[in-house]
Amino acid sequence: MSSWAKRDWRRAAAPAGAAVALAVFFTGLMAAVVGASPLDAVGALVSGSVGSGGSLAATLLRTSPLLLTGLAVMLAFRSGVFNIGAEGQLLVGALAATAVATRTGSWTGQAVLVLLAGAVAGALWAGIAALLRDRRGVNEVITTILLNFVALYLVSYAVDGPLKEQSGAYPQSDPFPMTAELWRLVPGTRLHVGLLIGVTAVFVVGALLSRTSLGLRLRSAGLNPRAAQVAGFPVGRDLFLAFAISGALAGLAGAIEVAGVTGRLYERVSPGYGYTAIAIALLGGLRSGGVLLAALFFAALSTGAAAMERTAGISAVLAVAIQGATLLAVAMINRTSWTGLAAASKASDSESIGVA
Amino acid sequence: MLLESFLAAGLLLATPILLAALGELLVERTGVLNIGVEGMMLTGAFVAAVAAEASGSSGVGALAGATAGVLVGLVFAWSALVLGTDQIIVGAAINLLALGGTGAAYRAMYGTTGAALVLPTMPGVPVPGLSLLPGLGPVFASQNGLVYLALLLVPTLAFLFRRTGLGLRLRAMGDHPQAAASLGYRVRSYKIGALLCAGALSGLAGATLTLAATNTFVEGVTAGRGFVALAVVVFGRWSPWGVLAGALLFGLVNALQFQLQAADFAVPHQLALMLPYLVTLAVLVSFPGRGVAPRALGAAEEAR
Repeated sequence: MSSWAKRDWRRAAAPAGAAVALAVFFTGLMAAVVGASPLDAVGALVSGSVGSGGSLAATLLRTSPLLLTGLAVMLAFRSGVFNIGAEGQLLVGALAATAVATRTGSWTGQAVLVLLAGAVAGALWAGIAALLRDRRGVNEVITTILLNFVALYLVSYAVDGPLKEQSGAYPQSDPFPMTAELWRLVPGTRLHVGLLIGVTAVFVVGALLSRTSLGLRLRSAGLNPRAAQVAGFPVGRDLFLAFAISGALAGLAGAIEVAGVTGRLYERVSPGYGYTAIAIALLGGLRSGGVLLAALFFAALSTGAAAMERTAGISAVLAVAIQGATLLAVAMINRTSWTGLAAASKASDSESIGVA
Repeated sequence: MLLESFLAAGLLLATPILLAALGELLVERTGVLNIGVEGMMLTGAFVAAVAAEASGSSGVGALAGATAGVLVGLVFAWSALVLGTDQIIVGAAINLLALGGTGAAYRAMYGTTGAALVLPTMPGVPVPGLSLLPGLGPVFASQNGLVYLALLLVPTLAFLFRRTGLGLRLRAMGDHPQAAASLGYRVRSYKIGALLCAGALSGLAGATLTLAATNTFVEGVTAGRGFVALAVVVFGRWSPWGVLAGALLFGLVNALQFQLQAADFAVPHQLALMLPYLVTLAVLVSFPGRGVAPRALGAAEEAR
């Protein structure tokens, strides 16, 4: 492991430990509040998320979309792009992937094109926001939020219209042909190659940001856009690249979700991965290694909560509150290490409108 | 008749967005970026529903919703302004806390399979004289009190920012907090005050959803309206009149698409639902403006 990666991991380790401890504490606390046994609740949460091969596979399965969208948000924030649109980019990625999977027949190697279509669609969808900021000076916070809703209704329309299943019974697409589905990693589980793609993306995005000249330019634009401009960096072109890479990661997440987990497209295919991604990027300290740990952690909480509901009778939706409480508590303890984030948000809010 | 009911529906649909966006406008003017509007609204919507159901009074519900919003604002203020935690993280955490907290509480209190909650409706408040306005009269005939409150807040905030010393100080906090502090103003107290007001307005916005628009509560009832409010503040270029224009545009196009659907217009309803977002985008692209964002928006707070 090279030195940059080591530094990255060490920075992520302390908050990760704190996050796990805090999540256990909040789970016990909330169990006590609703009158359940805190010990049973924590036990169910742990065994349901990492306690057996099956539950571990379920957690890792949940990790892929959270990891890729988390990386998408992280890369954007570091580049001074306030992309709130990972949800919409994920949805159009899933939509494009479904079009390729269910409308081009079935052929060997189809899955590769399915994933590629998702990434390209996500990049193009984010490109709309880039274009509007670059050419018309419209703030990306507003465009990406609005485009999320447009994407949601686009999916909703597609599965009830052009991509609706042949039998026409439900508003959903046809199931993916075998050739368009992702390869299973472990027989007997649903764990698929998407996890490997996500982990690869961690290293690629980390190396891109800290090891390449593009990464240096993006980070400069994030920390001080004026200085990047004065330094002669091609700020306009880089802005498009930041949006496009971010959107491609989110779009890839959508393609992986339909090709690896659901096997078809329907309206509620994403339970808000793209919004949760913002919390994951922040909990990960806007670093690639941190985002991986945060995505694993959020995925474990979601799958563990389902088990907690079955055995301890605590509503699974509480996992979302535990995620929020943990994010807030970790940020309070660890607040010095988030330098640069304020600059990123500030840059996007005060500079983008004037860029036109 | 059709036009009047369309305008009345648009005004009602615009009101929650307007209330939340005006609150967000106030905090952003003081330099605080609160992306937790959605969570504040959702908490207000839920607490308003519970209180209205328990008391049988929509007024009590609205008041409880506003109070809940203030409490969420207090959590934000304590985390971000007193402890100095990053504002975006605090906002994101509040959204998760509210979604999980209200969802779990709703399931614990009303079960998951039971019939939908039926809540008392906010009564229409006829304002003497207003209903006599030529043309617009019937639009205001049966609007509830929160609609008037939202509309009255627009000129009030505009006057506050433009014509009063307090407004000048608030804007100074957002543009150059160090300068304001060097003049002896307690920057943090102003920001906290603005946040608590925004909490009340977001809570009322949530109450409008459960007590006036739908008369029930479902999990995640806000459905991203807090984010729309966030967008409307940018759309309105941080001015109360601009925010009113953005919220009304959104509400009216939303009412229009409902009428299109009701009229069996040959447009798939999913595409009709897209209209408010597409029209807002189109207006933004057509009328680009210069930057007027508070210069120190989202800047880190010095922890003590």
